[in-house]
Amino acid sequence: MSSFGPAPPPGTSDPTLPVGAMSSGARRSLPASLLVGGVLVGAIAVTALVSLLWTPHDPLLVEGSQRLQGPGAEYWFGTDRFGRDVVSRLMVGARTTLLVGVVAVGIAGLIGTPLGVLMGMSPRVLGETVMRFNDLLLAFPALLLAVMFGAVYGSSTLTAMIAIGIASIPVFARVARSGTLQVLASDYVLAARSAGRGPLAIAVRHVLPNISGLVIVQASVSFAIAVLAEAALSFLGFGTQPPTPSWGRMLQEAQELVAVRPFQAVAPGASIALAVLGFNLLGDGLRDRLDPRLDDRRGA
Amino acid sequence: MVEPTPSTATAAQPGPAPHRGEPIYTVRGLTCRFRQPRVSLRRPTPPLTAIEGIDLDVHAGQRFGVVGESGSGKSTLLRCLAALQAPTSGSIRFRGQELAGRRDRELKFLRREVQLVFQDPMASLDPRMRVRDLIAEPLVAQRMGGVDERVGELLDAVGLARQSATRYPHQFSGGQRQRIAIARALAVRPTVLLADEPVSALDVSVRAQILNLLAELVERYDLTLVFVSHDLAVVRHVCDAVAVMRAGAVVESGSAERVSSAPQHPYTRALVAAVPTLRRALAGADPAALLGAAPTDEEPT
Repeated sequence: MSSFGPAPPPGTSDPTLPVGAMSSGARRSLPASLLVGGVLVGAIAVTALVSLLWTPHDPLLVEGSQRLQGPGAEYWFGTDRFGRDVVSRLMVGARTTLLVGVVAVGIAGLIGTPLGVLMGMSPRVLGETVMRFNDLLLAFPALLLAVMFGAVYGSSTLTAMIAIGIASIPVFARVARSGTLQVLASDYVLAARSAGRGPLAIAVRHVLPNISGLVIVQASVSFAIAVLAEAALSFLGFGTQPPTPSWGRMLQEAQELVAVRPFQAVAPGASIALAVLGFNLLGDGLRDRLDPRLDDRRGA
Repeated sequence: MVEPTPSTATAAQPGPAPHRGEPIYTVRGLTCRFRQPRVSLRRPTPPLTAIEGIDLDVHAGQRFGVVGESGSGKSTLLRCLAALQAPTSGSIRFRGQELAGRRDRELKFLRREVQLVFQDPMASLDPRMRVRDLIAEPLVAQRMGGVDERVGELLDAVGLARQSATRYPHQFSGGQRQRIAIARALAVRPTVLLADEPVSALDVSVRAQILNLLAELVERYDLTLVFVSHDLAVVRHVCDAVAVMRAGAVVESGSAERVSSAPQHPYTRALVAAVPTLRRALAGADPAALLGAAPTDEEPT
C-alpha cells in the first residue's frame, strides 16, 4: 500500500492490463480467476439463452432410427438411446442448471444473510440460541430434505431447487453471523456509534459491505453445490422429470451405456464440472474485485 | 514529507493554572468491570476490573491528559466518557446530565458535542468507505446539511488535498489517515474532543505533526480536550492538566507542570524518570534538552 501523496492522474485507472501476471501485477490486473470464471459462467448463460431460440435438433424428439449415433457431423455429440440429440439436450439442460443455481442461492442468501447479521447484532443469548438451532439444520443433509420435499410435493425442478435453497440457508446465516461479530468488534463500528449511527445504519453501511466478500464466496460455493445437488437429485429421479433435459438426468441415463458410448456420460459430466469450476472461480474473483483494499486503481 | 519539528519552546511552557470554566465532565466513583470467559467448571472466573472508583473533573477549555501504562484502564475511561462503554457502577455527568445507564438512542445530544479520535486510524476508518463518506458520516448520521462543503472545509483544516475525498483510507499514510480521523471527529463542530493515544500507532516522524495539528485545532475551535497517552512527554506537550492512572485508579492528578516537576506518587516519579530519553527522541533538536540546561525537573534526582 504505497500510494499516498498526490492523487494519481485520471487515466491511470485503466483496468485493461494483461491477465496472468500473477506475481507483481496480479492485484492491479483483472484477476485471472474472475476472467476464467466469468468466461465459463458466461458460456453457460449464453448457451442457455441460445437454447431458447435455437438448438441443432429438437431436444425432445425421439427418433428410433437414429438411436445411439456416435459423434459426427449430423449429431455433434451423438444421440442417446431414444435417438435424441445430445448437444440440444445439453443446451436446454444449461437452463435448468442456471435456474436451479440462481433460485437456490437466491433463497439461501436473501434469507440466510440478513438472519445471520440480525443474530450477530442481537443480544448474545438470543443469537447463540438461534444459532444452535441453525447448527441443527446445518447438520441436516440437503439431499435428504429434497427427497422429502419430492415425496410430499412431487418431484420437480421447482421442489428440488426450493429444497436445496432452504437447506443452504443455515450456511449463509452462519457465515454472515461470524462475519458480523468480527465487524462489530472493530474500531470503525465504535467510531460509527460515536458518530451517532444507529444499529440499522451500522448494519447496512458497515456490516454488510464488510461481510460481502464472505457472502459472495459462500454464494459461489453454494451455487456449485446447488448445481451438483440438482444433478444428483435428477440422477436419483427426484429432481427434473423426463423428458425435460437436465445434466444430472443425462448422466444417469448414460451410465449403462458408458462402455458403448462413453461420450454420452462425459459430455454432461464435463458440463457439470465446468459449471462448478466456473462459479467457484467467479466468486473468488468477485471477492477480490469488490474489495477496495485489493484494488488501488479505482480510488483515483 | 518532513514537516518542521514541534516548537519545543511552547511545548515546555506550562499553561496557566488549570482552567476553572464550567464543568464539562464530573465523574464520581466510576467503575468498569468486564466478564471473563469461564475456565473452570467449579467457579466462575472473576471479572476483570478495568477501572475502579475514578473521580475526575474536566472543565470547559481544559486540555486534560490521562497518563498510564498499557492496561491501566485509560482507554476504558475514555470509552466511558464517550458513552461507548457502559460503566458497571458510578456516575458520569456531562454538563450535569447523567450518562451512565442511558441507551444509545438517548445519547444523541452527546454525539453532537463529544467526538473521538482513535488510536489506530487504519482500524477506526471503515476500509470500504471513501474519505468523503467517512468524514461525512457524523453529519449524515445527525442529519446536518451542507455535507460536501463541510467535507472540503475539514480537509483543508487538517491539511489534506480536497481531491482526497474520493479515495479510500488504505491509499493514505498513517499520518494522513489520522488527519482523516481528526477531520471526521470535527465534522459536527463538537465542543469536546476525546483522543485515545492518537499518535502511538504512527511513525515517530509524523507524531509531532499530528500532535501540533491537534493542539492547533483545539485552539482554533476552542475545544475541550481529553487526551489519553502512555507517554508523559506527549501529554505535557499538549495538556495543561494531568491525571496519572495505574491499575484502574487515578494515583495522582494536578496541573501538567506540577505533576511533571514535583511528582508526589512513586509511580508518577517513575514515569517522569522515563521522560528525558523519550523527550529527546521526540524533540532531538532542542539544544536546551540536549545540554541539560533545561530546568532540573527534567532529570530524576
